[in-house]
Amino acid sequence: MTEYALNTPLTDEDISQLHAGDVVFLSGTIYSARDAAHKKLVDLLDAGKELPFKLEGAAIYYVGPSPAPPGRPIGAAGPTTSYRMDSYAPRLYSLGLKASIGKGKRNAETRQAMQDHTAVYFGATGGAGALLSNSIVESNVIAFDELGPEAVREMKVKDFPLLVINDAHGNELYAVPDLKAAGIK
Amino acid sequence: MRTIQTHDIIDAVANMCIHSNVELPADVRTKLEEAMANETSPSAKEVLRQLLENADLAQNTKLPLCQDCGLAVLFVEVGEDVRIEGGGLRDAINEGVRKGYDEGFLRKSACDPLTRANTGDGTPAVIHFDFVPGDTLKMSYMAKGGGAENMSRVTMLAPAQGWEGIKEFVINRVAEAGPNPCPPTVIGIGIGGTFEHAAKIAKKSLLRKLDDTHPDPDIAAKEKELEDALNALGIGPMGLGGKTTVLGVKITMEPCHLASLPLAVNVQCHSQRHEEVIL
Repeated sequence: MTEYALNTPLTDEDISQLHAGDVVFLSGTIYSARDAAHKKLVDLLDAGKELPFKLEGAAIYYVGPSPAPPGRPIGAAGPTTSYRMDSYAPRLYSLGLKASIGKGKRNAETRQAMQDHTAVYFGATGGAGALLSNSIVESNVIAFDELGPEAVREMKVKDFPLLVINDAHGNELYAVPDLKAAGIK
Repeated sequence: MRTIQTHDIIDAVANMCIHSNVELPADVRTKLEEAMANETSPSAKEVLRQLLENADLAQNTKLPLCQDCGLAVLFVEVGEDVRIEGGGLRDAINEGVRKGYDEGFLRKSACDPLTRANTGDGTPAVIHFDFVPGDTLKMSYMAKGGGAENMSRVTMLAPAQGWEGIKEFVINRVAEAGPNPCPPTVIGIGIGGTFEHAAKIAKKSLLRKLDDTHPDPDIAAKEKELEDALNALGIGPMGLGGKTTVLGVKITMEPCHLASLPLAVNVQCHSQRHEEVIL
């Protein structure tokens, strides 16, 4: 396990050095997008239109924050479960997305896309929404305001604590459930 | 007959929504602390440390523990000698949810299932009414997050599958869910009733305290058996490996049709946000 401090936009060089289990403190700009926003992003691509942000070197955070109370840039902002974005993720990786941030497992196509396009999947601690919001210093809705919590936000982060779950070399960090130990033959 | 005013119901529901989204229940905190002392893996310890730090921070800043402030689920026991004054009970509960989610800066996650358009105010709440003797109104609120809820399942086993079949289904479900529902989770299990009733009692099981023991020693033993088996899976906090995959297993069992063995597994995240009030 190695610790890295990385800045966006992320390069192939940044990504290639990472291995499952490494800790990354990410700074710079990241974009929020979850279920409904992903559908809209892919609809834009299908229509040959421009996306609200540049995918090249970008990191997408699967998050739907709670409303910002007075005096804070954002409310609680922990990761949402990532597999729901698997039907869109390979295409976004193929267009230059370098990292997605969420929690939980990814499917085989998404893991393969990370290898094919030198990209990673970071895990953030699920349910630690109050804690993680401390790493987000600025947040502005840049698209799909009508989606409310699911709108696309441009967020400035400082030392956002992440764990490499899937690297660009085909490795995955998650534990494999021991069914035998649990008494299943 | 005792009269309860709707404005008291609205305020009580709003307060429960706000308070339980911000304050980690004491029994959950104790379980997380015990788990941290018991874990040997550094990553498991680190996740649990972050969850406890998150709970402190939420308490101090009044930020919600989790951005997913849940769909509001309410179990309501209406005393048969209670009269509601000032409007309908269901409307009052929904108004309380609206108020709580708005004033507490909680995320409103209710939406149309197909268009996905957000209803904008966190309602409608899912409300289960029950009528009981007495002149009080008991309302239990649960913030049910989508990530964990999605990992839940209902199945209809054959009677011959019995306890072994139940165990196998539950273990496979938790194994397959893996890191997705924010482990360590709490597992609510409903056995018996009918298809829809099993799901309801599985969810109601999640209202129990983590440190309680089922009054029926046989069911208490089954809860312990399942808890040990699920923790042996080694999924661990956030799926990174470790001894703590579940914080507890809570079973509710009721009679069923002689042809059936309904089983529901309701997965709840580590925050286990719930609260009750009696008016």
